[in-house]
Amino acid sequence: MKKIVLAASLVASLTVSSFAQETLTVISFGGDYGKAQKKHMIDPFVKQSGVKVFFDDYKGGSAELKAQVSTGQVKWDVIDMEYVDLEKACNENLLERIDPSFLPKGDDGVDAKDDFYPMAINECAIGNIFWATAFAYNEKFIGDVKPTTMNDLFDLKKFPGKRALKKRAQINLEWALIADGVAAKDVYDVLETDEGIKRAFAKLDTIKDSVIWFDSWSQAPQLLNDGSVILAQAANGRLTQFTVVWDGQAFDLDGWAIVKGTKNLELAKKFIASSTSSVPLSGMKDVNYGPTRKSGTKLLTAEEQNKLPTAHLEEGFKVDSGFWSDYGTELNEKFNAWLLKK
Amino acid sequence: MQTYKYQNVFPKDETIKILLSELKVLAKERNSGVLSEELNRMVPGFGSVIKKTSRKIKKIDIENIESYKDFLLNISKRWENPKYWMTIKRANDGFTLSYVLSALDLEFNIEGKIVQKDESLRIYLPILLKTLYMAFLITLITMILAYPTSYYLASLPKSKANLLMIFVLLPFWTSILVRIVSWITLLQQKGVANDVMMYFNIINQPLDMMFNQFATIITMTHILLPFMVLPLYGSMRSVDQTYIRASSSLGANPFTTFFKVYFPLTVPGLSAGAILVFIISVGYYITPALVGGIDGQMISNMIEFHMRTSNNWELASAMGGILLIITITLYWVYDKLVGVNSLKLG
Repeated sequence: MKKIVLAASLVASLTVSSFAQETLTVISFGGDYGKAQKKHMIDPFVKQSGVKVFFDDYKGGSAELKAQVSTGQVKWDVIDMEYVDLEKACNENLLERIDPSFLPKGDDGVDAKDDFYPMAINECAIGNIFWATAFAYNEKFIGDVKPTTMNDLFDLKKFPGKRALKKRAQINLEWALIADGVAAKDVYDVLETDEGIKRAFAKLDTIKDSVIWFDSWSQAPQLLNDGSVILAQAANGRLTQFTVVWDGQAFDLDGWAIVKGTKNLELAKKFIASSTSSVPLSGMKDVNYGPTRKSGTKLLTAEEQNKLPTAHLEEGFKVDSGFWSDYGTELNEKFNAWLLKK
Repeated sequence: MQTYKYQNVFPKDETIKILLSELKVLAKERNSGVLSEELNRMVPGFGSVIKKTSRKIKKIDIENIESYKDFLLNISKRWENPKYWMTIKRANDGFTLSYVLSALDLEFNIEGKIVQKDESLRIYLPILLKTLYMAFLITLITMILAYPTSYYLASLPKSKANLLMIFVLLPFWTSILVRIVSWITLLQQKGVANDVMMYFNIINQPLDMMFNQFATIITMTHILLPFMVLPLYGSMRSVDQTYIRASSSLGANPFTTFFKVYFPLTVPGLSAGAILVFIISVGYYITPALVGGIDGQMISNMIEFHMRTSNNWELASAMGGILLIITITLYWVYDKLVGVNSLKLG
C-alpha cells in the first residue's frame, strides 16, 4: 500500500512539474510602489504574454543577490535595483549585461535609444523610475513651525523629537554634509577625503540620540503615521500622504536588472521590454515617480509632472553610484561601527 | 608576493608587474569587483584602491609604464602603506585566523602579531558582553516573576491549576510576532502606556520605552516566561507535602521550612528553567531586531547583518562559532557546579 501511495505521489509530482506554466520571479520593494508596479507593469505583461509572474519584495542591497549567484541557487529572475546598489552588483558580475537593442520604440515612434533618458540605459539595467530620497513630516504632529531646509532635519531645538532614517551610510552622510554647509554639488568631493567623512559623522553625532533607524522603506510612512517620529527620510513615493521637504533631495533611478545565470533570460528580457514601454512607465506617477522615457513624460499632465522629483532638481543632487560602488563597503563599515558606539 | 617582507616597504618591480597584469585580466573579465570586495573585508578601504587601480590599468599597456611605484602612488597614496601589501600576501593562504580575530576585535598588525583593533573599531566584544549581560538579566527577571506564579499554581487543586495554566500557555502558543507587535503598540511614543500615564499626569513627556534595550528586555522576558514557569511548576507539583508538614511539626518556622526544605526541592526545576531561558536568549534574534533599536541589539543581530547585508559569511560564522563555544562552556560549568543529572523539566 505504502509503495503505491509513494509511486502515485511521485507520478503526480512529475506531471505537475512538467506541465508547469512558465513562471518569472520579479523582485521589488513592495508597499505602494509595489502596488503601482503590479497594476501598470506586472498585470499588463501577464495578460499579454500568459506568463505567470511571482512578484515578491526585498529590502534592497545586493547581499541576497550575491548569495544566490555565488551558490548557484538562482531563484530570482528580474530585480528592481537602486542605481547605488546596481553599480556594485554589476562590477561584481552578479548581473547579466543588457544589450538595449531589444527595447521597443516609444509610443510616438521614436527609437528606444533616443526615447530613454541617457542615464536610464545602464550596462546592467534598464531604468524604470526616477525617484528621490527626501524627508517629510505629518501635518497632524508638526505644529506651527514647518521644516523647509536640510538644516531643519538636524536642528533638534527647532524640531525636537525623533527622526527616522534608513540604516545605511548612503544619503545620510551626504545630508549631514549639506546640513553642515557643503554645497550639494560638492558633496562627493568632500566625502572622498578623510576629513569630509569625519565631518559628516560629527554632524550625524549631533542627532544620533534622536534617530530611529529603519531597515525597510515601508517602515518610514508607518513611523510618521503613528507619530513615533516627527521627521522621516523615505523614497518620495512612500510619502504621498505627507508633506515632502524637497531641499537636499537625493535624486536617483531604479532599474530592472537580470540576475546572472537565470534560466529565464529571454522571458526576463520580454518582461523588461514590456514594462519599460511608454504607458507602463507613465503609470508610476501614481506614486510620484517619473518615467524614464521622454514619451512617457509626454503622457503626463503638467500638474502630474510638477509632483515628480524631476520638478525639484535644483534643490537637490544626483546620487553618485560610481562613488558608492567604490566607497560603499568601506563607508558602511564605518557607519556600522559608528552606530554601535555610544 | 610570498617573498615580500614588510621591512622592504615597497615591493620589487617584478612583483608589481605581475600584480598589475593579473589585475588587468580581472578587469577585462569584469571580475576585479570580486577581488576588491574580498580584500576590503580584510582591510576596510582596500576595495576602492583595487577598483581604482584596475579601472586605470584596463586602458594602459603595462610595458609602457616607466615607474611602477609612481604609477601606483599616482592612483592612490594608500599603496604606500605596507599593510596593503601584507594583506595581499596573507590573502594567499587558504586558511586564516583573521575572521575569528575580527569577531573578538583583534587583528594582525603589519608584523603579523595579534593586537587589539583601533579603539573606534572595537564593536564585537562589547556587544558580546552586552548579550551575555542581557541574557543574564532576563533569566533573573523571569526567575523572580515565575517563582511566585508557579508556587501559586502548584498550591491550587489540580482542576483549578489546569484552568489557570491556560493563561500561561495561551501566550506561549501565540505567534511571537503578534506578541512583539503588541508590545510595540503598548510602549511606543504615542502608545497606550504613554497615553495613560500622560492622562493621569504621572508624566508630562512621553517616555522612551520602545526601540532600546529596555524594550528588548521587557519583551523577551514576556516571551520567555513560560520556559521558566513550566519546569518550575513541574518540580513544585512533585514536592511531597509531607516534608513540609514534617518540617513544621519539628518546630521550623515558615522561613526555615522554605529555605531548608522547600526551595532545595525546587532547585532542579529552577535551574532547568534558568538554563533554558539563558541559552535561548543568548541566541535570540527576532525581538532585538524589531524592538531593540540600536542600543538593544544582540550578537545574533550582528551575525544576521553579516549573513544578509554585508555578505561577510566568514565573519558571521566566526561569531557564531564563538557564541557556541561560550554556550557550551557555560553548560559545562553548570554541570560541574550543579550537575546536569539534577535537571528536571517537570
